[in-house]
Amino acid sequence: MKYLYLIWSNLKRKKIRTILTLLSIMVAFMLFGYLGAIKQGFSQGVDVAGLDRLIVRHKVSIIQLLPASYESRIEQIEGVQDAVHQTWFGGVYQKPSNFFAQIPVDPEEYLAMYPEFLLSDEERAAWLSTRSGAIAGKGIADRFGWKVGDRIPINATIWTRKGGEVTWEFELVGIYEGAEKGTDTSQFLFRYDFFDESRQFGQGQVGWYTVRISDPARAAETAELIDAEFANSPAETKAEAEGAFVQGFADQIGDIGFIMTSIIAAVFFTMLLVAGNTMAYAVRERTNELAVLKAIGFSDRGVLGLVLGESLALTGIGGALGLSLAFLMVSAGDPTRGSLPVFYIPVNYLLLGVILIGLMALVAGILPALQAQRLRIADALRR
Amino acid sequence: MTRLLNWIAQIISITLFNVRSLPQRIGSSLTAVFGIAGVVAVLIGVLSIAQGILRTMENSASPENVVVLRSGATSEMMSGLSGDDTRFISEGPGLARNEDGPLSSPELFVVINLPMRSTGSDANVPLRGVSMVAPELRSGFRIVEGRMFEPGLNEVIVGVGAQREISGLEVGSTLTVAQEEWPIVGAFEAAGGLAESEIWVDAAVLQPAYRRGNSFQVVYAKLESPDAFREYKDALTSDPRLNVKPVLEVDYYEAQSAVLYNLITGLGTLIAVIMGLGAMFGALNTMYTAISSRAREIATLRALGFNAGPVVISVLIESLMLAVTGGAIGAFAAWLVFDGYRAATLNFSSFSQVAFAFDVSGSLLIRGIVFATVIGLIGGFFPAIKAARQPVATALREL
Repeated sequence: MKYLYLIWSNLKRKKIRTILTLLSIMVAFMLFGYLGAIKQGFSQGVDVAGLDRLIVRHKVSIIQLLPASYESRIEQIEGVQDAVHQTWFGGVYQKPSNFFAQIPVDPEEYLAMYPEFLLSDEERAAWLSTRSGAIAGKGIADRFGWKVGDRIPINATIWTRKGGEVTWEFELVGIYEGAEKGTDTSQFLFRYDFFDESRQFGQGQVGWYTVRISDPARAAETAELIDAEFANSPAETKAEAEGAFVQGFADQIGDIGFIMTSIIAAVFFTMLLVAGNTMAYAVRERTNELAVLKAIGFSDRGVLGLVLGESLALTGIGGALGLSLAFLMVSAGDPTRGSLPVFYIPVNYLLLGVILIGLMALVAGILPALQAQRLRIADALRR
Repeated sequence: MTRLLNWIAQIISITLFNVRSLPQRIGSSLTAVFGIAGVVAVLIGVLSIAQGILRTMENSASPENVVVLRSGATSEMMSGLSGDDTRFISEGPGLARNEDGPLSSPELFVVINLPMRSTGSDANVPLRGVSMVAPELRSGFRIVEGRMFEPGLNEVIVGVGAQREISGLEVGSTLTVAQEEWPIVGAFEAAGGLAESEIWVDAAVLQPAYRRGNSFQVVYAKLESPDAFREYKDALTSDPRLNVKPVLEVDYYEAQSAVLYNLITGLGTLIAVIMGLGAMFGALNTMYTAISSRAREIATLRALGFNAGPVVISVLIESLMLAVTGGAIGAFAAWLVFDGYRAATLNFSSFSQVAFAFDVSGSLLIRGIVFATVIGLIGGFFPAIKAARQPVATALREL
């Protein structure tokens, strides 16, 4: 208890310095948390990809279409439970920078494949009974202020309608929520049957398949079976685990992880200098007092603890404030206004932050603390 | 006049005095310097990514080139033009010509999945079907190894950027497309532009391989002069047989890179501003410490007759010196590490890889140093005011 009081008094004696140091530590951890969310956003939730799902695309590239008839053939392959198709629509809502995924799907099959997309029974029924009906994720609906019942015009960039018309109008019949934090709620889904009969060309062609397999341990084997089924056909396939597919996509954007880690390292290096310097200064200034403490009976170890405690209090308070602020900022929405499919700080990452707080307190405080511990009373009092 | 000179003399003498006492405060001063250096290095590093992408796009564009897409399409990937369309487009007024006809190249743009060198995972590599005049429409186009492909043959040439990022694109190896092996017969560069990220093949070869019939996606053409654009555009848009959108190449590439550029610049600025705040707190700390450890000296100076003004300015100067030194170190480090660093990313608008080099330009370096200066000014301002306001009598008595 007496230590706590001493630490508190020490922090109070140079208020401006304490506050400034706190603020700089806070900023470091705020950035740490915020960059964590950005990193997560760029890796697009690789860790939430379904283990029991494969993605099957055209071997040459994903922009090449596959026949819709592959669905039943894939479903007959051993180890496959279900397959659904998706197609990239790539339309523009209002202006090109409003980027989000629009995908024509078979409603019932798609919702069965992605149980993490939560849709109420009434909305599901409404979607099944409305040919031009569409559902949107909560994230995207909030971004554009859409409500159920809105009519949403989307201009085709690839898929013109019969007669060359570019505007597709959809009726928003439902808004789905994500079962997990990392679920992608930025998709706009509409009915494939409506799409297929209205598009000008490409009937019976789809973009890629998502396949549910019965045994995740045999994913590679099942993927090989699927590719073998279509080998030497005009449209050969490449099947891979959903996680690998998403990771491969993130890899293409670049080594985001490396860039983020470098920035965070630079930030911590800087802040460590600031905090370490403050602690060194605080100890140097108080050489006299520390000697007095020792003279009246505080042990060497006690003085060491005192200085380390002060360092821990500073980084602890600053770090906690920083992480909380990062959390608030991230909850307020992502800086790209919805271009990142997910934007949150993973729990593991927060834990890492807490560990870093402890580490930083130790590194910043250890030298001054050792100095204080080794202090010889007679010398110090004479100074 | 004498007062002004006196004032300046005071500033100089206090500043010199400060500078001479710097070694005593070396620890905290270095903290401020390196703190600011770190911030400036990160700011310049992140912005050089955006700058590099922008420069790749700019290098791709010539002022007299036009790009013709189907109206409604925002990129080549999404566009589609029939063989007839491309003929009408090539007959538009104001196009430059050579002995074979107008400089206009109908092209196909698709992607092919090939493994990246860095991770081994697949990347979307742009595969472009071109006509034989295409090289004349890309500034700085030059075959650096091997030769150009022969028209009508299944031969490809690859950009040096693609070669660097993607494995298996050496001249002499082959590319598997549509169950055929296409030999790679040459490598080309194009002044660091977008084309360097691409693989080129005769459009007439690519059409059947990707089952495109006699269709194309885009026409690149060269005008006699940039002024001819209006006439050309009006002719095409008013042609009842066509439903196309001609844009100047410069505008096209600017739009192509806008999303990526804004994303990186926005994120980079945000990170730098937050970091800058942190560094500012560090600088404030340093300067407060500096003046509090010198409270007596400052008070002595005041007692000797030095004015408050020179004291304020000298503290500001010291802070600025630290900040600018830090800024310069950070800028230099960023230039050393990042300038010319090669990377590739996914360009969302064409859904394919674009290879680029980080570009630490002069204006970025200046921006970094200006940023450091602002941090130094604010970091020195409040301590300076405090220094000047200290009552002389109390400060003299302080330890």
